[in-house]
Amino acid sequence: MDLFKGKSFDFVKNRKLFYTIAALLILIGVISIIFQGFNFGIDFAGGTLLQIKFAEPVSTEAVRNILASLNLGRSTIQNLAEDEFVVRMERIEPESIKEILTSFRAKLAGLELLREETVGPVIGESLKKMAIYALFIAFLGIILYITIRFEFKYSIVSMLALMHDCLIVIGLFSLLQKEITVSIIAAILTIVGYSLNNSIVVLDRLRENIKLKTRETFENLINLSINQSLSRTINTSLTTILPILAIYFLGGSILSDFALALLIGMIAGTYSSIFLASPLLLEWNKIFKVEQRGINKRAKKTDKE
Amino acid sequence: MNWAKSLKVIGILVSIFVAIILSFPLGEKIKLGLDLQGGSYILLECVDSPNAPVDSDAVNRVLEIIRNRVDQLGVSEPLIQRNGTKQILVQLPGVEDPESAVEIIGQTALLEFKNSKGETELTGAHLISAKESFDQFGRPIVLIEFDSEGAKEFAQATTNNVGNILAITLDGKEISSPVVQEPIISGKAQITGNFTVDGAKHLALLLRSGALPVKVEILENRSVGPTLGKDSISKGIKAGILGLILILIFMLIYYKGFGLIADFALIICMLLIVGSLAGLKATLTLPGIAGIILTIGMAVDANILIFERIKEELRLEKTFRASIDAGFSKAFRTILDANVTTLIAAVALFYFGSGAIKGFAITLSIGILASMFTAIVVTKVILELVAKKFSLRVLI
Repeated sequence: MDLFKGKSFDFVKNRKLFYTIAALLILIGVISIIFQGFNFGIDFAGGTLLQIKFAEPVSTEAVRNILASLNLGRSTIQNLAEDEFVVRMERIEPESIKEILTSFRAKLAGLELLREETVGPVIGESLKKMAIYALFIAFLGIILYITIRFEFKYSIVSMLALMHDCLIVIGLFSLLQKEITVSIIAAILTIVGYSLNNSIVVLDRLRENIKLKTRETFENLINLSINQSLSRTINTSLTTILPILAIYFLGGSILSDFALALLIGMIAGTYSSIFLASPLLLEWNKIFKVEQRGINKRAKKTDKE
Repeated sequence: MNWAKSLKVIGILVSIFVAIILSFPLGEKIKLGLDLQGGSYILLECVDSPNAPVDSDAVNRVLEIIRNRVDQLGVSEPLIQRNGTKQILVQLPGVEDPESAVEIIGQTALLEFKNSKGETELTGAHLISAKESFDQFGRPIVLIEFDSEGAKEFAQATTNNVGNILAITLDGKEISSPVVQEPIISGKAQITGNFTVDGAKHLALLLRSGALPVKVEILENRSVGPTLGKDSISKGIKAGILGLILILIFMLIYYKGFGLIADFALIICMLLIVGSLAGLKATLTLPGIAGIILTIGMAVDANILIFERIKEELRLEKTFRASIDAGFSKAFRTILDANVTTLIAAVALFYFGSGAIKGFAITLSIGILASMFTAIVVTKVILELVAKKFSLRVLI
């Protein structure tokens, strides 16, 4: 089976369209980030989270009323199942948590505390710092690695592709007001590592073709390289997305947002590695007036034939 | 087969064997994080107050007292350690009532007896025992006993306040306010608050272990009940199995014979990951399970790269032998580059991540290494064996 055999798409010709789609999606996200900001989870904002389960179905109203009677009416209540809720509130002391649980037990049947998390402001701040460090170090390490292995301009276009992927994910999370937690940061870092993977494969192919096919224009080489690695790009994205979908649907409430971030990131990463990374090299050459074709010497034969 | 190749085959078989030995029985060999087995992770900080500044000695005493309290909670393998200069980390696997545990650990538990003017007559510093019990009406109470010094002070305090209230307070909150009928010289007393049975038990425990010398603040508390932990494990396993099956099928349909080899390599890769986790005594967390599932997808990535390359080479009408060699050597660089970048991200995550996320970074890193090994070494050996015995044509 080979879906892409003998097919060839012109990615370069339509690149303005692909840039526009990417720019639009990023713009929507950025606007949301500016006007709505992020919904930081208790990991970063500090606060208390309770995951509770009752013996029988309970309405959100009933849960809200009980919280309101304890002056916690401003808590956010998330309904996981008809008998299961996640409640987030400002940070409260252990004795207040006991009080809440006692009120629930008195008014609703069969309460079980599944999970409790309390994070103080000090930890939130230090986690924020750590998340930024981790992202910074990862970005820096990867730029260095690609610069050493390729050329600087390759690392720049891969970084642009990467920023596209990350912006789409955080933009969407802002737009949907999904919580930014430590796991989401972990998902973004994974995307940073993995999305590059795809771009690198295409760029690697381009680099090889530049050496081998010296008579082709740069536009053609880009098209050729993307087409040659297309079935690989699509297939590996698919094989990565399948297990992520499995986590999203079967992994439970704690992992579902994490899986969502990965899913969006992987899709964005596949898009950017096909439609953005190598065409952007063309823009680079135009901006810096680089005349690029295949190098005019006979390429060294690396195959052991 | 030359000796180098035999050595490779033996190496692969040995590593699979070691992985299996290391990982079975699975339940005993894999250490589960608190989020999977249930339990509490509590980070405390000693804070300065005007009359009780924090010094190293105070932190050590707090550590000692908290250890004492945790011992009495009956948690099987608690971990209590100093974290930096002022922080104390407490991990309580399988704790049944995390709420009370947190409350008991973090409470200062300063017992004071105050006269009607609100002046402190004596504290609980000289207690030698505290025990929960019931009074003649069946109400839960706490029986306390002072040492000789304490008994003297207590006799003095009761003598001074005959006919008056001598309030008993814990951390400034009044528990009860009995009227002193006559001086008590025995050094024994009972506290009759409005207790539940558990409340009396906890108070007795706190009084036995003594008051913390400085105030302690809870910086972070993450508790997971045993039900949710079990639920997370079963959901994680279900997601993993579904992900694995989907990929095995996809590879088989799209790449046929090659796919079968990739599937075989993938299963070996999974064995190696689990074996490494067990061998390194790494803690498996819920994000860690997600990391393994994610690796399932990434592991076939390298195989796909190699097979696509081999297919291309075959289209150029090269021999099978030459196609395999060219496919591997051309794909190798790409596989390396692509995996190193993911590894860089995973390492950054490991250094800066907290508890459960570290588990993700670990399984992701192990997964990347295991998948590179299986793709580059295992797949190649199998391909070569197949190509030798049959024709490579059976694969396509």
